[in-house]
Order: sequence, then C-alpha cells, then structure tokens
Amino acid sequence: MTDSEMNLNLEQLLEQMYAGISRKLQNLDPEDVVMIGIHTGGFWIAEKIYQRLNLPTPLGSLNISFYRDDFSRIGLHPEVKPSQLPAGLDDKHIILIDDVLFTGRTIRAALNEIFDYGRPASVTLAVLLDRGERELPICAEITGQKISLKPDQQIKLTGPEPLQLNLVEKPVENLI
Amino acid sequence: MITKNIQLDEQGRLKHFLSIEGFKRQHLISILDAAEPFANVQEQAVKKVPLLRGKTIVNLFFEASTRTRTTFELAAKRLSADVLNININTSATKKGESLLDMLHNLESMHCDMFVVRHNQSGAAHFIAQHVSPHISVINAGDGCHSHPSQAMLDMFTIRRHKKEFANLKVVIVGDILHSRVARSEMHALTTLGVSEIRVVGPKTLIPTGIDTFGVHVYHNLQEALVDADVVIMLRLQKERMQGALLPSEGEYYQHYGLTEKKLAYAKPDAIVMHPGPINRGVEIASSIADGPQSVILEQVTNGIAIRMAVMSQALGPGSSDSSRKGGNA
Repeated sequence: MTDSEMNLNLEQLLEQMYAGISRKLQNLDPEDVVMIGIHTGGFWIAEKIYQRLNLPTPLGSLNISFYRDDFSRIGLHPEVKPSQLPAGLDDKHIILIDDVLFTGRTIRAALNEIFDYGRPASVTLAVLLDRGERELPICAEITGQKISLKPDQQIKLTGPEPLQLNLVEKPVENLI
Repeated sequence: MITKNIQLDEQGRLKHFLSIEGFKRQHLISILDAAEPFANVQEQAVKKVPLLRGKTIVNLFFEASTRTRTTFELAAKRLSADVLNININTSATKKGESLLDMLHNLESMHCDMFVVRHNQSGAAHFIAQHVSPHISVINAGDGCHSHPSQAMLDMFTIRRHKKEFANLKVVIVGDILHSRVARSEMHALTTLGVSEIRVVGPKTLIPTGIDTFGVHVYHNLQEALVDADVVIMLRLQKERMQGALLPSEGEYYQHYGLTEKKLAYAKPDAIVMHPGPINRGVEIASSIADGPQSVILEQVTNGIAIRMAVMSQALGPGSSDSSRKGGNA
C-alpha cells in the first residue's frame, strides 16, 4: 500500500461523493429523489451528505440483516435496528449509499430489500471507497476513491461522531 | 420438571422454546430486541423477508386455537418458511398411529421445526426430547403449564408502552389456576425484574403454592388495581374446570370483571391486556376491551413479531449442517 492510499482524507472523499450526487440530482425532480444509507457506515455517510443537499424527502436507513446470504452461517446480529424507509418508493430515484464496496453482496441484499418496499424508477449506488474484487455484477456510479487492499486488510468506518476511517490489518468478523 | 436445559444448544443459542424457566434475563431481552425489526417488516408493502427460505415448519395442534395457530403460521410465512398445518383430529393418530411414529414420519419429510399445542402439560418438552437433533420444538401451549411465546409477546407489548420493567406494578386477574399464560408471565416478569406482581382472583382459582413465584395474592380486585401500570385479564377456562369452582358468571363479573369504575383505581396510563379469546361481560366490560387503555389487538400483532424472532433464533446457525462460505461486504 502506498502512502497516498494510507492517507485517505475523509473530508475529500465526502466532497467527491457530494459533487457526484449533486451532478446526478441536476437532472432529477428533488421530490422524486430518496436518499438511503445502508446501516451503519453507509447511513453515517448519507447523513453527512444529506445535510448539505436540502432534499424535501426524508433520509432513509436500510438494515440488510434479514436479506444477508449468510444467515444460516452466522445468524442474526443480536441487535438488528429496523430499516426506516420513507413510505412509497414506487417511481422514486434512489441514491443508495454505502461506505465500502467490496464483494457486492451487501448491495445485492440492499436491492432485494428496497424492492420489497416498492418499485423505484432507478437506483444509483454511491460509495465512499471501492476496493474492487467484486463477486457479483454490481458497480458504483459515484465513488469517493478506488483503493486496493491486501486480503487481510480491511477499511473500517467508525462514527457517527467523529467519523473516522481506519485500516484494520486482520479481517473484522461480520463486517457489514 | 426440567432437569437439564434442553432449550439451548452447546453454544448457548436457542434450540427449543418450551418454557420461560431456564432462560436468563439476557435471553429474554435478546428475543424482545430481535422482535423489534420484525414488527416493522409487517408494515412493508411486501410483508416478507427471506430469512427462513427453504425451512419447513409444522404446526402440530392437538388443541383448538385460532390466534396462536394463525400467528405462528403467519410468522413462519413472513420469514419465507414453508408451513404445514396438521389437524390432529383428522390425522392418522385417529387410525391408531402413535404420536412418536407420526413425529418420525414428519422428520423423514425433512421438516425443521415443530410448533406444538397440546392439552397435556409437558407435551412439547416430551416431543423435544424425542425428535432428531436437527429439529427445533416450540411450545405453543401445553395444558396448564406454559405458553412462553404468549408471555413474550405480552412482555414485548409492555416494553413498547412502559419502556422499563423494573418499577412496574403488574396485576394478573382471574383464573390463575388453569392459566398457562399466567404461569409463563409470572416467570417472564420476574426474570425481567418487575418489582411487584399481583395476582387476584377467587380463592378457588388461585393455585396453592403460588407464593413461590414471589407474587402478592389479592382476592379483591379494587385493592389489587391501586396504582397498577399493567392489568392482564385472563379468560375463565371453563373447559378445564372440574367441579363447582364458581357460583356463576354473573357473580364472577360482579367481583372480578374489569369495569371502568374498577379500572379507575389503576394509574391513568395503565394498559389493559388480555391473551384472548375475550368473554365480554364475563371478565371484561366491552367499554374497556374497546377502550383507549386496551392493547388487546396490539398484542395479536406483536405476537407475529415475537414468533418471527423465536423461529429465526431457533433456526439460525447450527440448526442445520449448512457450511456455506463467504459473507457480506
């Protein structure tokens, strides 16, 4: 890992995401846009960006625990927080936000859950970091930065205040 | 009666849910916490999550039930499990097949969970001891002994209204003697740290030795209701009564029926609960059952969330030999 990758600047990454999302919103009616953060890291990031966007619709939070593909292996997280999505996702343009995009399995689960709430017009994925190595055909339209990590390295976001990015050398168990 | 706690597996995870006894506070809290997001699932456009897809759950009801059976069935279906309802009255047991033979046949069909309601105390426990190791058993009421999922849905309802258990005064009114709900509730309330549990009813319907539960016994409803936070009414279980335990329903209502006048002794924000089915004008006035303090229908809704929580915990990891690799990221 190079020095520039070690010094991930969270503010800069958020700024990059904000700029990308703002550009996306230019062509959309704000009433039709719903921003959703994936619990927990994605929601913290979504909160930061949502504060600056002045959207008329409430910010949603999505907990994908019931939609994970590894329930029979690791079970339910002991304290699953309920998803809070605004009523009626039909025909909405969804900005789906997560912290780190990796295998793509979280996004697969999130899409399944979103479609249980309605039929959105579109879903745009925006992530803080994309570390590649996808296992599913999923990609982010808006990315703070692309990075490459060794298999035993993981980026962990802690927060919500202060929001911080940490490089963890050993895999964190059950990191969502 | 229960010597070894067969309700937990070697890792301390829920395996069978047979009675509240044997569970610590943290277990009960984890079931209540798990039920919260399931309550939300029911408000979605699609009231279903894929958690137990591919699992098969058998409702084995040896005794009449509408609410409990349908809410267990809905809970299983909302978790995407397949559900079999076996009506024992028309099943092969009528042709002389023994209970264990029937269970072994169901096991051969690769079922994963039995939900059992039986009029004999200890039936679910007996079944749990005799099924194959991969099967979970949930007690949906056994005789006068236990009805743990009803107790948990009541705890869930209480927590949603009162937040904390510690300083509550909870009154349980009526036919305590025949009530498996009352027994499970007394265990659950005590385990969750409720400071004062009062039971009230005619002497003939209060079981002997009830003081071992650490509850206060009353025979006058008004006295028992003073400053109460939660009032749980019970149905007179006439089908279980042998001999003359009551003079008449009218006289019972006079003394132990919950009316607005009597409820006024409780705290103004007291909630009124009833496991159902309710007998209007026998244990509860219609104006109370349909009134602003009644949470009786909320209990029914909460029953689905609690049963989803119990089923998904019991059929979680370790419940099968699944060894799928890979996680979410």
